[in-house]
Amino acid sequence: MDRFATRKNIIVLIILVVSAGLVMRLFYLQVIDTSYKLSAENNSKRIEILYPARGLIYDRNHELLVYNQPVYDLMIAPFELQAFDSTELCEILKIDLERLRSGIQRVRNPRYRREPFIKQISPETYAVLQEKMYKFPGFYVRSRTLRKYNREIAAHLLGYVGEVDEKLIASDNYYVMGDYIGVSGIEGYYEAALRGEKGQEVLLVDVHGRVQGPFQDGRFDRDAVVGRDLECTIDAELQEYGEKLMKTYKGSIVAIEPSTGEILTLISAPTYEPSLLVGRTRTENYIKLEKDTLEPLFNRALMANYPPGSTFKPVHALIGLQEGVISRNSTFSCTQGFYARGVSVGCHVHKSPLNLIEGIQNSCNAYFCNVFRNIIDNPDYNNVTEAYNSWRDYVMAFGFGNSLNADFINELNGFIAPTFYYDHYYGENRWNALTIISLAIGQGEILTTPLQMANLAATIANKGYYYIPHTVRNIAGIDTIENRFTERRVIPVDTANFSIVAEGMDLAVNGGTGSTARIAYISDIKVCGKTGTAQNPQGRDHSVFIAFAPKEEPRIAIAVYVEHGEWGASYAAPIASLMIEKYLKGSVDPGRKWLEATMLSRNLLSEQ
Amino acid sequence: MTEKLHIEDIDWITIILYLVLVVFGWLNIFAVSYNERFRSIFDLSMNYGDQLIWILTSFVMIILLFAVDHRSFYFFAYPVYGFAIVLLLAVVLFGTEVNNARSWFRIFGVNFQPSEFAKLATALALARFLSGWDVKIRSWKSMVTLLMMVGVPAMIIAVQPDWGTALVFSGFVLLLYREGMPGWMAAMILFLAGLFLFTLLLVPAEVIIALIAFAFIGFAILSRKAKHIVAGGAIFGAFLLVLRLMTDLLSLDLNQYQVILITLVLSTIVYLIMIYLYKLKRFLLVLAILFGSIAFTFTVDYMFHNFLKPHQQMRINILLGKETDIQDVGYNLNQSKIAIGSGGFMGKGFLKGTQTKLNFVPEQSTDFIFCTIGEEWGFVGTTLVIAVFVGLLIRLIFLAERQKSNFARIYGYGVLSVIFFHFSINIAMTIGLFPVIGIPLPFFSYGGSAFLAFTLMLFIFIRLDSVRKVYVI
Repeated sequence: MDRFATRKNIIVLIILVVSAGLVMRLFYLQVIDTSYKLSAENNSKRIEILYPARGLIYDRNHELLVYNQPVYDLMIAPFELQAFDSTELCEILKIDLERLRSGIQRVRNPRYRREPFIKQISPETYAVLQEKMYKFPGFYVRSRTLRKYNREIAAHLLGYVGEVDEKLIASDNYYVMGDYIGVSGIEGYYEAALRGEKGQEVLLVDVHGRVQGPFQDGRFDRDAVVGRDLECTIDAELQEYGEKLMKTYKGSIVAIEPSTGEILTLISAPTYEPSLLVGRTRTENYIKLEKDTLEPLFNRALMANYPPGSTFKPVHALIGLQEGVISRNSTFSCTQGFYARGVSVGCHVHKSPLNLIEGIQNSCNAYFCNVFRNIIDNPDYNNVTEAYNSWRDYVMAFGFGNSLNADFINELNGFIAPTFYYDHYYGENRWNALTIISLAIGQGEILTTPLQMANLAATIANKGYYYIPHTVRNIAGIDTIENRFTERRVIPVDTANFSIVAEGMDLAVNGGTGSTARIAYISDIKVCGKTGTAQNPQGRDHSVFIAFAPKEEPRIAIAVYVEHGEWGASYAAPIASLMIEKYLKGSVDPGRKWLEATMLSRNLLSEQ
Repeated sequence: MTEKLHIEDIDWITIILYLVLVVFGWLNIFAVSYNERFRSIFDLSMNYGDQLIWILTSFVMIILLFAVDHRSFYFFAYPVYGFAIVLLLAVVLFGTEVNNARSWFRIFGVNFQPSEFAKLATALALARFLSGWDVKIRSWKSMVTLLMMVGVPAMIIAVQPDWGTALVFSGFVLLLYREGMPGWMAAMILFLAGLFLFTLLLVPAEVIIALIAFAFIGFAILSRKAKHIVAGGAIFGAFLLVLRLMTDLLSLDLNQYQVILITLVLSTIVYLIMIYLYKLKRFLLVLAILFGSIAFTFTVDYMFHNFLKPHQQMRINILLGKETDIQDVGYNLNQSKIAIGSGGFMGKGFLKGTQTKLNFVPEQSTDFIFCTIGEEWGFVGTTLVIAVFVGLLIRLIFLAERQKSNFARIYGYGVLSVIFFHFSINIAMTIGLFPVIGIPLPFFSYGGSAFLAFTLMLFIFIRLDSVRKVYVI
């Protein structure tokens, strides 16, 4: 025992005195003083969430595309329910008693604090119900807004709004059960800007559930902040026209303004009416669309991986020129095909021999097999692998093989085979230019999306650079878009080389005999284009066309895919040409109405 | 060699009290989140799921504690303390900034608060130092060493700035008092801690007026002579009156604060002369304490305004309830009192609380968890919780006193000091008896670091106690 041991008693005393003090204070607070109980027992608070209206969406000419309409959800607060006249409520809502009973049963589940009972009541029913609400304690009406569309266009681009799921609620504090959220397209990507900020109103409610007024003079109330309006980059006229042209085809159109990267049109056909995925019938319609064998929900513009076919030839030309393995004047002969060491790639009848520009004009397969072979067998590199990797780096710089990182949440990468792919397939050092020669004509182990091909057209139009394609040009109140959309991506290929390729694409449309895309010719607009046929092992080949116009100071770059359309010139080129004319001139010249009529009259959907 | 562990030597009473607090605490954290959206008790996205993981982790740590050699707590006391200091310095430099303070490390998604473990380390180090055979607590050398041991971690934590947790270190006064620190010194330290807090809470003039009033009362008690008291008061009053008149007549630009300081300086000169003439040396002490306190107030005030960045000042002001981003002064406290008060005698029942679920009470599952107890379990529940805490604290004293080893006893008092400080200040602040300084309620509040630290701290002592019969250092 040390001499300070008795101090333990003082410490015990301190503990007891302090604790007694706490207990006495608590006794006063909890038992004697009733002022705190009054507010909590006689009244209870109710938090009303104030939902902001979602931001509006305009097109590039400031035409209103998407706006809001009010709807009303009837809610049940299970803890506040009291006996009420159930027949009367059923009559107003036009539902049977069983439905009401099961609805109430459902919300008794303690998992939900307040559950929508009937969603999206019509304004007429709401008018009747509103007057009698006082008879139904525990029921509330919550006002929400749904999307409404001025034109039934651009479903894939705009995307749709759905209800949040459990997974999202768990990961994001902002959302609670029943909240709406943009699921795809602009609605999805720009959700944070469009949704605004929820507000709340804390109300004092008496024992009968009647609102007595704001709680503590509204000191906890927060106004809802309306969502930001967006100006998207599409041209509604052009989009609608394109959708009309594609009505009877499967495929995609993507048009880009080369000088900014703004997407003028983004079509995936077949499409659907955006208003189908709004309101009470949304789920039902969604299931219908999902089951449709034509896959209208599938966004081909971003997610369809097609081989690019001959539309890829300009890329080989550019790489060949930059690497110095060919020049503008390099000539190769074509004997209706390319034949070397047991490899053969067929070609159509055209003049021979031809130079680079004529090669592009005639889309000569033999020419580009030689170009590709020169690139891969370039003696500047130690081996095939190195040369191939250099080629691949160029191709990736154009935005292939990876998603362009545009403002979509579901953009796919396409595919440019890495060397190990071939090493695995053929064995290391057991492949060479001839083994993979189909790449020369845009076939084989190469897949691209329509968006990437439109971006290629824009890059050639700009003679060497592109901006990441995007769908929104202005967010109201922020007045800017993400930096990456305004940064120039420069291709490591000289401008002069782009001019040579553009020359070839000019002749492909505007040249004489042998030009593959004469169908795209417009008398007063110089269109530069390149046709392609994407091989399709499942059926008829796809018709592909990329183009930009006018040749000097291009204002539109476009890629068109028509599935099972076979030759580029048969469907894709005329459609692209009509789109270009429509955009640049506002309407299609009467002299070309026959072409429009032809495209509208054909139908590749029914043939299947 | 570790002796065989005798299960019957483990103090099960303490463990049962601990478990009662843990289970009840977790139920209350669960109740806070309950109404939101119930999923499962193991839901990691909710506080209670997260806390459950921490509780289970702590149980594993307890088993590990019993597996290590009991002597290692003695031998590693200093290294652990040193390591804690390094961690505290590191968190000030590299920690994640949360609520304007750098108190946290974020490692693999887990938040870790070194200051919680610094308390444990300090308790070990104090025990190690004081159990030395040649240490005389009343020597100045030991006193300075001890104050440094407590002061250094407290200062670093104050720099984060987390002045609430820094103040917890003043709780070690209880340990030092038990081990022989002079009573007046213990009182002095507590007085300074209180002065520190009130300097932050009140405007300087108020604090100085209060200090002068205290000094006068002290002087009156000391002298007990009417003529002294009247004379002292008259001198001060006369100067004050003259100065007030002068400021009004000559329109001097003096504020209230300056008037009081000048009055005090002038009166003091007269007091000193009188002390010299009438040989009243004993009153010098009163003056010395008064001026020391004022100097301390100035230092704290100066540090607050010159060493802290505006957002850090904001952090402390928010902590003290002087500023909140949405409400005026006293908002937190008022909401907290409404919640507790609305519980009444019997409470609203488990999961039936409304005040603590509508986000009116801030930090409901951390610093203000006591509100949920008050609201749902009423006076019966709050009293019971206090009773269990008192039971635990008194049991700790009992255990500490039965140790043969000085190290174990002193460490036991360290544990007691920290738990007592947290327990009393946390509850006092939720019911408006103490300024809100934002420290957790042991074993109750949501927060992994604090829970783990309190558990380790307690069980190291239980571990030491379990070998009391064989272990004497």
